[in-house]
Amino acid sequence: MVRDTNKHYKFDWITIILFLLLVGFGWLNILSASHTEGHIDYFTFSEPYGKQSIFILLTFCIIIVILGIEAKFYERFSSVIYIVSILFLVGLFIFGKNVNGATSWYAIGSMTLQPSEFAKTATALAVAKHISDLNTNINSFKDQIQTFVIIIIPALLVLLQNDTGSTIVYGAFFFVLYREGLPKYYLSIGVSVIILSVLALKFGPLASSIIASIFILSYYYINRKKMTLFQSLFVLLLSIGLSYGIKLFYDSILKPHQQDRISLWLRLEDDPVKLEEMKRTFAYNLNESEKAISSGGFKGKGFLEGTRTTGKFVPEQHTDYIFSTVGEEWGFLGSSFVVILFILLLLRILHLAELQKSQFSRVYGYGVASIIFIHFLINIGMVMGLIPTIGIPLPLFSYGGSGLWAFTILIFIFIKLDSNKINEW
Amino acid sequence: MRQLLLFVSIIFVGLLFIFRLFYLQIYTSNEHDLFEDNAIRKVYDYPKRGFIYDRNGKLLVANQPSYDVMVIPREVKPLDTLEFCSLLKIDKERFINTYDKARHYSPRLPSVFLSHLSKEDYAALQEKMRKFEGFYIQKRSLRHYQTTIGANVLGDIGEVNTNDLKKDSYYRMGDLKGKQGVEASYEEILRGVKGIKFIQKDRFNRNIGPYKEGTFDTIPEQGKDITITIDAKLQEYGELLMQNKRGGVIAIEPASGEILAMVSAPTYDPNILVGRGRSKNFTELFKDSVAKPLFNRSLQGVYEPGSPFKLMNALIGLQEGVITPNETVTCYAGYKYGNRFMKCHCYIGKRNNLVSGIQESCNAYFATTYRKILDKNGNASTGIDTWSKHAKSFGLGDYLGYDLKVGRPGRIPDRNYYKRVYPKTFYSTYTISNAIGQGEVATTPIQLANMVAAIANRGYYYTPHIIKSIEGETLPEQFTKAKHTTIDKAHFEPVIEGMLQVYKKGTAASLQVKDIEICGKTGTVENFVTIDSLKTQLTDHSIFVAFAPKNDPKIAIAVFVENGYWGSRFAGKIASLMIEKHIKDTITRKDLEEWILRHSLENEYAKPYSEEPFRINKHTKLQLVDDSEYKRLKRHLKISQNQ
Repeated sequence: MVRDTNKHYKFDWITIILFLLLVGFGWLNILSASHTEGHIDYFTFSEPYGKQSIFILLTFCIIIVILGIEAKFYERFSSVIYIVSILFLVGLFIFGKNVNGATSWYAIGSMTLQPSEFAKTATALAVAKHISDLNTNINSFKDQIQTFVIIIIPALLVLLQNDTGSTIVYGAFFFVLYREGLPKYYLSIGVSVIILSVLALKFGPLASSIIASIFILSYYYINRKKMTLFQSLFVLLLSIGLSYGIKLFYDSILKPHQQDRISLWLRLEDDPVKLEEMKRTFAYNLNESEKAISSGGFKGKGFLEGTRTTGKFVPEQHTDYIFSTVGEEWGFLGSSFVVILFILLLLRILHLAELQKSQFSRVYGYGVASIIFIHFLINIGMVMGLIPTIGIPLPLFSYGGSGLWAFTILIFIFIKLDSNKINEW
Repeated sequence: MRQLLLFVSIIFVGLLFIFRLFYLQIYTSNEHDLFEDNAIRKVYDYPKRGFIYDRNGKLLVANQPSYDVMVIPREVKPLDTLEFCSLLKIDKERFINTYDKARHYSPRLPSVFLSHLSKEDYAALQEKMRKFEGFYIQKRSLRHYQTTIGANVLGDIGEVNTNDLKKDSYYRMGDLKGKQGVEASYEEILRGVKGIKFIQKDRFNRNIGPYKEGTFDTIPEQGKDITITIDAKLQEYGELLMQNKRGGVIAIEPASGEILAMVSAPTYDPNILVGRGRSKNFTELFKDSVAKPLFNRSLQGVYEPGSPFKLMNALIGLQEGVITPNETVTCYAGYKYGNRFMKCHCYIGKRNNLVSGIQESCNAYFATTYRKILDKNGNASTGIDTWSKHAKSFGLGDYLGYDLKVGRPGRIPDRNYYKRVYPKTFYSTYTISNAIGQGEVATTPIQLANMVAAIANRGYYYTPHIIKSIEGETLPEQFTKAKHTTIDKAHFEPVIEGMLQVYKKGTAASLQVKDIEICGKTGTVENFVTIDSLKTQLTDHSIFVAFAPKNDPKIAIAVFVENGYWGSRFAGKIASLMIEKHIKDTITRKDLEEWILRHSLENEYAKPYSEEPFRINKHTKLQLVDDSEYKRLKRHLKISQNQ
């Protein structure tokens, strides 16, 4: 039964409004973070905010195209889209342009394009397609491996291009797989490894081994039926091995700048002289960013009135550190507003995903929410010093055409799929 | 349940972020303060410091530009130190020391790297300055003295120290502040209020324009000019006369309390404390613990007043009704009390009344008077308190309240003061030396001059002050309201008559000035120092106090010349010359002037440091200044007369 309603009302306007609010507010902050003296020329190629205006205008063309295409197209052509985007990533090794140490851009004249941004969308489509295939059973080891391979290929490619941040984003698919039935021990193992690593780095491998031993042995005594002694001893040895392995990994394999970031995050350094030194060097951005946010206070200094923003104290403020502008100029009120907007957007997408009749749409919707969530978590967490410095943009907010378009495509394909759910069976 | 993982994670992260924002922006955030915000550069605009004029409108202190090299250590980039040092004319060691000091003070605040560049060095340096990042040149205004006199009056300005910075938030590192003299007393009037500009910086510390179009900027408020009560000519003459002597001269206009001249010898040329030599010269002055040129003897020198204090005792005696002007006391070339004897230079059997007692400075007369005052009610304990109260009403024994920063309270003892030495019995004879201004009585030259001014006014005085007028302001009441002493007006005439007789026939008879009736009193004061823990007597101090003319006093003066032997020998001559200078503006007694210029007391001052036994008073010989020094003084005198 197809209801005869106005075609537009099929789209989820709540998501679209949240999308527009984030893009609009983002642009105001890019303007603040990048404008220099005097006159503001809204459509200029010489200033980031001017370029962003143009990117936003083009975004609307993209939206129209995305929504105009038949919903089934995305499912049917997901493999092709995936392969094409992988080819683009591979092509970077030959034609790529190196910016800030990462070979992630194609340069066409003065325009640059970052295929890794689009690859996330393509991967989300491919994962959705693979899992929703009737022959796929996520509980089977073979299908797990196949799904991992789909995810790992683009993740490895961006890692090889020195874009660690984007690699981590592929971790988002864990949420998708878990939702679709990935065995629970993946979650247990994942969480345990993270906790163990943090303990090993913060308190040393010996302390973390002891904590793990106490934990595992008491678990064994309480649940003797579930676990044999041999099993628990095996887990124990594994934990101890991991504790020392992580420490070794940190000391010998990580590059100094990565060590610094982790040491800063876990507050491993307590020598005040070295802390000062850190603030001047690799912790400079974070320090300035925290200071800018903190200086905003409750109400903020006002739009275009932030002294640290105007003085460009926070490097990369219009891209990865855009949230510090919000913090300084709009204060606690504005920053909380942005956080709440993201939460609402994420929950809305999550809610819509659960409502989908087709598994493809649901898995894809989950992918969208997870990818945006990871970006949100890492970016704002990093700007506020809760997470080690990892350079990824704040979705819809940060300056950059590729990022904006990629997220637009990511979200609007889902909106299109969602609008088509009445036609599903 | 599997749906919940992402949902819960999103909610958890959202709350975590809002909590973190609360912590950063509300819990640990301070109100936005422009002065604390290091994204805003604060540039100060220093106003012109007020000029200083003398009472006749002669400009004494003006300003001149000076250039300081400033450094902000954090912004310093590797530089060609060799070139930099040669431009600044300093060596590398000094470069490193100064730089370390600046960095220690603050890596991000500007410090003075090198102060007071000469114009030539400034010109050479300015062209190359852009090569030395983190260094810049700051223009400042320095004092420009139009005269070589009055160092102790005018004072000087210097960089604020850390103590000043702590006490007053107005000052910033490198600011200049009055340190001594009127520069210190009237600092806030002279300095004005500096203006401030807020400039937005970027993270490379470059200026990118005024903050909020200069809404918060303030304009500097110019310093006000002041006129001081000093008569530059009299001051200069006084300083000239006191050359090669030590001591203080204070001249006050009795009718107003204005300080006409304030000489402290030895002194120095105020110009040496300006510019690059300041620090070196100041250290030299500061270290001279023998001559103490920075010690303002006319304000800080505490001396036993000697015979001039007899005037005080005469006044108290009359007020208390224990003596009358005509009552006589027989002197036995001294005064016998108990089994002790106080000598006097009167002949045995000389009968003195009040006038002749003052004229002859008879110790017996004043010992008798003092005892009568103390024993008036048969109880010396209450007697001395009465005596003390009268003396203190002349401004003795405590800070006078004049408008200069330095001073001493002196001492006028009362019963309480003697409690420790004489806890139980107390007789007037115990403190008999107070009768002749020795013993426990101590005054500064300005207190004594003020006492004379009060006598000249017949019973009241104005608090002595150095400020005559401030541009657009009225003087505080404390300087314009008369303070009355506890002595009735009628009692002053006999004492003044006695002082006139001192000049006419008495101990100051050698100091005659045509047509001026001077009322004076000489003083010869024993004094001691400790040499190698041995109390050693030095040649007496020469003291003279006076006012003139008798009936319409224009000047009250106190002159202290250390180790000048007797009152009229040095102090009297100087006082009489200065009185003549002030009243007539020309000196008729060239011989007297010549004598003072010709004679030095330096050999006297050298004695305690000679490490050899020496003899004092009548065994000393007058020292003549050498010819070159004499010529220099004469030249100086000539220049001052031609002005």
